[in-house]
Amino acid sequence: MSAPFSSDGLVERARWALHDGTVLTRRNLLRYVRIPTLLVFSTIQPLMFVLLFRYVFSGNIANLPPGAHAYVDYLMPGIFVQAAIFGATQTGIGLAEDLNVGIIDRFRSLPTARSAVLAGRTTADLCRNLIVVISMTVVGYLVGFRFQDGSIKAALAIGLAVLVGFAFSWISATLGLAIKNLESVQAASFVWVFPLTFASSAFVPIEGMPGWLQVFARNNPVTIWANTLRGFTLGPKYLVFINESIGALVLRSGLWIGLILALFVPLSIRLYRRT
Amino acid sequence: MPRMTEPTIIVEGIKKRFGGVRAVDGVDLEVEPASVFGLLGPNGAGKTTMVRILTTLLSPDEGHARVAGHDVVRDAERLRHEIGLAGQTAAVDENLTGFENLEMVGRLYHLPRAEARKRAGQVLERFSLTDAANRTARTYSGGMRRRLDLGASLVGRPQVLFLDEPTIGLDPRSRLGMWDLIRELVKDGTTLLLTTQYLEEADVLTDRIAVIDLGTVIAAGTADELKTQIGGEVLELRLSDRARVPDAAGAVIGLVPGGAKVDNNTGEITLPVGADGPAILTEAIRRLDSAGVTLSGIALHRPTLDDVFLALTGRETEGLETAAAPAGSRHGRRHGRRGDGDT
Repeated sequence: MSAPFSSDGLVERARWALHDGTVLTRRNLLRYVRIPTLLVFSTIQPLMFVLLFRYVFSGNIANLPPGAHAYVDYLMPGIFVQAAIFGATQTGIGLAEDLNVGIIDRFRSLPTARSAVLAGRTTADLCRNLIVVISMTVVGYLVGFRFQDGSIKAALAIGLAVLVGFAFSWISATLGLAIKNLESVQAASFVWVFPLTFASSAFVPIEGMPGWLQVFARNNPVTIWANTLRGFTLGPKYLVFINESIGALVLRSGLWIGLILALFVPLSIRLYRRT
Repeated sequence: MPRMTEPTIIVEGIKKRFGGVRAVDGVDLEVEPASVFGLLGPNGAGKTTMVRILTTLLSPDEGHARVAGHDVVRDAERLRHEIGLAGQTAAVDENLTGFENLEMVGRLYHLPRAEARKRAGQVLERFSLTDAANRTARTYSGGMRRRLDLGASLVGRPQVLFLDEPTIGLDPRSRLGMWDLIRELVKDGTTLLLTTQYLEEADVLTDRIAVIDLGTVIAAGTADELKTQIGGEVLELRLSDRARVPDAAGAVIGLVPGGAKVDNNTGEITLPVGADGPAILTEAIRRLDSAGVTLSGIALHRPTLDDVFLALTGRETEGLETAAAPAGSRHGRRHGRRGDGDT
C-alpha cells in the first residue's frame, strides 16, 4: 500500500485526521445553516411517519407489552431506529453529489487525511439525525408518548438510535462511493432500507407475522435495537415480559453496531482512496 | 548530459488503461521549473488521465512520474503539500461563501486558522472577488466560480499547479480574463501544467507544448515550432461553382511549394502559405480573377488544432469543441474535409 508512515508519527496523523474531520464536518453542517429548508424537509418525513403510524395503527394493534400504555409507547422506540436508518441514506447521496461536482477530487489532491471526507460527512449526518430524533420526541409527546423510566434512560435511548444511524451512514457511504450515480444511489437505498426496517419489531410485534418472516425479523438487528430502546423507554416490566436483561440487549446492540463499523469503515475508505 | 536543475515534472513511460481502453499509452514528459507546459489534444486524448496521475488521484499501471522531487505513487502524501489542482468543473462548495471555500481549503492544507483566513482574503483580492467574499458560491456566475476554483488551488501556495482545461465552458470574455490571471500566476515562479483543446490557448499561455492523442505524445515543442511543422498560415478558398474547382486549383497550385489540398465535393481549396500569407493571398486573387473564377469565400488564418492534428495524424480531431476565437470558416472546413480521406 501507499501511505508511508514517514516523518509523521501515528499520534500526529491521528491529530490531523481529527482536525481535517472537524473542518469537513463544519462544512457539511453549514449546508443546513445556508439552506434551512433542507433540515425542515429531512425532519418532516419522520414526523409524518410518527403521526401516520400513531393514528392509523393504534386501534389495530392488540397485545401491547407491559409498560406500554398505548401503541404510541410501543411505536416511538421502533420509529426512532427506522428514522435514523432512513436518515443515514443521506450520507451516500451527499457523497455522490460531492463526487459529481468534482469537489472530492479537490479533497483527494490535498494533504488531507484520507478518512476525513467520510468522517466529516457521517458526523454531520449524525448531528442531523440527532435533531430529527429530538423533533420526533417532541411530536411524540404531543400525541401521548411518554418515556417511562427517567431522563437518563431517555437519553440512552436517543443516543443508541443516533449511533445506529451513524453505523448505517458508513454502509450508505460505501454504497454512494461504489455506485456514484446520484439517482441510482437514491433508488438503491430504498431497496434494502424498507425490508430491513419493516420486517422487524419496529412497528408491530413479530408474533403476528407469518412464520418464515418471523425467522428473519427475530434475527434482524433492527429488532434487537428496537427492543433495546424499549428496554430504556418502557422500563423493567417490558424486559421481564420479553425475558431479557438490559445488559444483554445493550451488548448485542453494540456488537451489531461494532460489526457494521468494522466492515464498512475500512471498506468505504478503501473505495474513497480509489475513486 | 549534466544539468543545473532537475525538471519539476518527470514522466517516464506512464501507462493507464480503463478496462480495454488505453487512456494513457506510454507518455514521457519533462517540465522545467518555473515554466508553463501545455498538454494539447482533443477530448479523450488522455489529458485528464495524465493530470489525475500527476496529482495522485490515480495510480499508473506502468511507468514512473516525479513531481517536485516526489514520486507520485510512493511519496503521494508528501507530494500533496506541493501541488494545486483546478479541474474541469468548478469544484467549489455552493453552500459556502467564497471566503469560507478558500478558508476550508487552506485548513485542509493544514495551515493555521489565522493564516488560512489571511490567504483566503489575499486570493479573493487578487481574483477580484472581494465584493462577493461573503456571498455563497451558489450566487456566483460561471466565470466567478472558475476564478474561485482557481483561487482554491492557490491557497496552499503550491510549487506546481495543474489546471485541467481551465477555460472550458467559459464565454470568450471570461476566457480572456482567465488567460490574464494565468499569465499573472506564472510571474511568481510557479511551475504550471495546463491542458487544453485549443492551440491558440496553448500558444498564448505556454512555453512548451506536447500534443497528445490516443494516449501518446505525437509532437512536442514550442508553439512556434509546432506551427512551423505544419507550415505557418493557411489560405482557404471556396467556390460555389464546383465545376470550376479544377481551374481554380490549376491557377493557384504553383504559388506554394507544398501544393494545395483540393476538395471537389465542397469546392474548397486549402494552401499552407507559411509566413507569406498576405503576398500569396494577393497573388491568388489576381490569378483567379484573370482565370475568370468567382469565389464564394476566402480566408487567411493561423493554424488551429484541427490543422495541427491533420498535419500530424492525417485525420480530423473528433469531438472537438469550437474554440472561442480562431478566425476563418471553421465549421465549413471541418465538414468539408470529412469526405476526403487521409491526404
